[in-house]
Amino acid sequence: MKTIKLKIDGIETEAEDRTTVLTIAQKLGIKIPTLCHHPLLEPYGVCRICTVEVRLGKRIRMVTACNYPATNGVEVLTNSPRVRRDRKMILEWMMARCGHVKVIEDLAAEYGIIEPRFGRGDDDCILCGLCVRVCSDVVGANVLGFFNRGATREVSTAYGETSEKCIACGACAYVCPTGAIRIENDAALVRQELPLGPLTPIYVPFLQAVPHQPVIDRESCIHFKTGECKVCDKVCEVKAVDHTLEDTIENIDVGAVILATGFKQFDPAAISEYGSGIYPNVLTGLEFEKMNSASGPTGGQIMLKDGEIPKSVGIIHCVGSRDERNNKYCSRVCCMYALKFAHLIKEKTGANVYNFYIDMRCFGKGYEEFYHRLLEEDVRFIRGRAAEITNYPLNEQEAGKLIIRVEDTLIGEVRRVPVDMVILATGLEPVADAAEIARTFNISCGNGFFTERHPKLAPVSTATDGIFIAGTCQGPKDIPDTVAQAGAAASAVQSLISRGEIEVEAATSAVDPERCSGCRICNTLCPLSAISFDEEKKVTVINDVLCKGCGTCAAACPSSAILARHFTDEQLFSEIEGVLYDVRA
Amino acid sequence: MTFEPKIVGILCNWCSYTGADLAGTSRIKYLPNVRVVRVMCSGRVDPTFILKAFADGADGVLVAGCHPGDCHYIEGNYKTIRRMALLKRMLADYGIEPERFRLEWVSAGEGERWAHVVNQITEDVRKLGPSKIRPAAKREAAVPAA
Repeated sequence: MKTIKLKIDGIETEAEDRTTVLTIAQKLGIKIPTLCHHPLLEPYGVCRICTVEVRLGKRIRMVTACNYPATNGVEVLTNSPRVRRDRKMILEWMMARCGHVKVIEDLAAEYGIIEPRFGRGDDDCILCGLCVRVCSDVVGANVLGFFNRGATREVSTAYGETSEKCIACGACAYVCPTGAIRIENDAALVRQELPLGPLTPIYVPFLQAVPHQPVIDRESCIHFKTGECKVCDKVCEVKAVDHTLEDTIENIDVGAVILATGFKQFDPAAISEYGSGIYPNVLTGLEFEKMNSASGPTGGQIMLKDGEIPKSVGIIHCVGSRDERNNKYCSRVCCMYALKFAHLIKEKTGANVYNFYIDMRCFGKGYEEFYHRLLEEDVRFIRGRAAEITNYPLNEQEAGKLIIRVEDTLIGEVRRVPVDMVILATGLEPVADAAEIARTFNISCGNGFFTERHPKLAPVSTATDGIFIAGTCQGPKDIPDTVAQAGAAASAVQSLISRGEIEVEAATSAVDPERCSGCRICNTLCPLSAISFDEEKKVTVINDVLCKGCGTCAAACPSSAILARHFTDEQLFSEIEGVLYDVRA
Repeated sequence: MTFEPKIVGILCNWCSYTGADLAGTSRIKYLPNVRVVRVMCSGRVDPTFILKAFADGADGVLVAGCHPGDCHYIEGNYKTIRRMALLKRMLADYGIEPERFRLEWVSAGEGERWAHVVNQITEDVRKLGPSKIRPAAKREAAVPAA
């Protein structure tokens, strides 16, 4: 590329040939006002506000900086009296159409316009075409276009109707310099939905993610809807964005596996009397956590659906836990996170907080003390499982509130507690595919949670050697317990690695290939998948490393071809004879 | 003197054998009629073991393993359930009352339960009298003269 020399506002500079004047000026830090320009779009040159004076020899021209390619030896003036005069005229014309748009009024003030000569119009679209171009060139939806000509020219959708092709991405509203386009969404005006997914199409999964890299959410990414956009690709200087990446399945050989598949939040829709999903101000534990998070949709502000700050909040404990109809077990974490919520609500909003509990289970270090601190903070505790949440008021006090009906078992009375917001302390459940995972790894799975080898002596190992479990996939537990178990699992794996060798069971089973008829009855019996079939020799073989010597296969073999070492048929027959020595014939 | 049945107990190593051990270390008193054979898993119990025990003169056979879902080998006891259900149907054909055979679940922590299971099967078999397929001479000897 040829390099040219030019002068902007007296500054001598070099640039590549045919670079636009605007680009060169911006690099030098010289401010040229723009309205119809956007770095991701081709220059359009319709608003004319970037007009500059270009001198080449004796020739003087007024050109638009955004699309005028610089040539060798030109001299550019971006703020000469003539430029200022022209821009002032352009602004006055603009105001004749859009007299009350802030960005134009600001520019007008900058150029000394006190009252425009041609009056002020009431429109707010300056026909810069940014929205039309972003919709067709970037988003690829082609929803917006120019209609009519001359004074009646306007931006619109086809026939002015709501377009089916509009994906409501909001790009047009984003680029509009005058704010003429707004996204109409009632929810956006008040508290947003509390989605548990990402808030933007490109996001870092969570703050401590390893690797700490942003990912693209296919569901909301414009590129995966229209095939266009790729703005992220264009702005990424190191070209790290790749939209063509697909999920791949990779085989990795490992010697040990730690399962940490976690839990799923109990879906309170199963308890219809709590009205989750019906009353917008009834939140699950995770939804409240999302709202309360400083990086959440409300920036950590606790608010009702209509944007108001709640004056009273009810927290219902044991939702889906310790419940004959749902899960009988205690989810262990809810008491403490409910107390945390109560504390934060009190601190952030000063609202009255009511906890409806069966038993307070503050079992950990410092937990009971925290509970006592809350009692002193004037958080109310009502002992009783909430019966129902209703919005049907019986008196004026209850109007417009959510009413929690509960039997207060400490005073022996049925109460109605009106509150603005209800948080359900939802319990922990096993993930939906826990049984499938357990089958894949040959471990046992009681009521959805993986079973450890021994509840006290081997809490992180499983029935299958080399498979370890950590966290809530083994059972509900809080973060300290999870960290402790995960640490134990990691060191169990480390000790396997550092030892460099493993011990195998001595009392394994073996197949006598001479006697094996190849019936394959035993093949599906092995709980540890140690049995395979040799297709070539048509006999069954047992993997000595995987076999734990339970002998189930030996008991099933119709041709007695399987020898369960240390527990052979002969040995066991002799033992039976031995214990019956005194009655045998 | 009453009839003292001879019962063969086949116990899994991880739950029932340990449970029986616990009954002993806990000093729980129970009838001495069950004679124990240890296997690694109740899934190892070949139905022929039970037939062999009866053929050799046992008055009853007790197979005990881990509770369903608690098997050390994940699912060995489920296979036992299936096999023993089939065996129980066949026993009558051999002239053995199906009540002489029993499949029970005793965990490693259930010493009390082990004692209870043993007492129960012993009393039940005692009521049935000596096994009919027990060698004749031994059968007469087993029933004390009144």
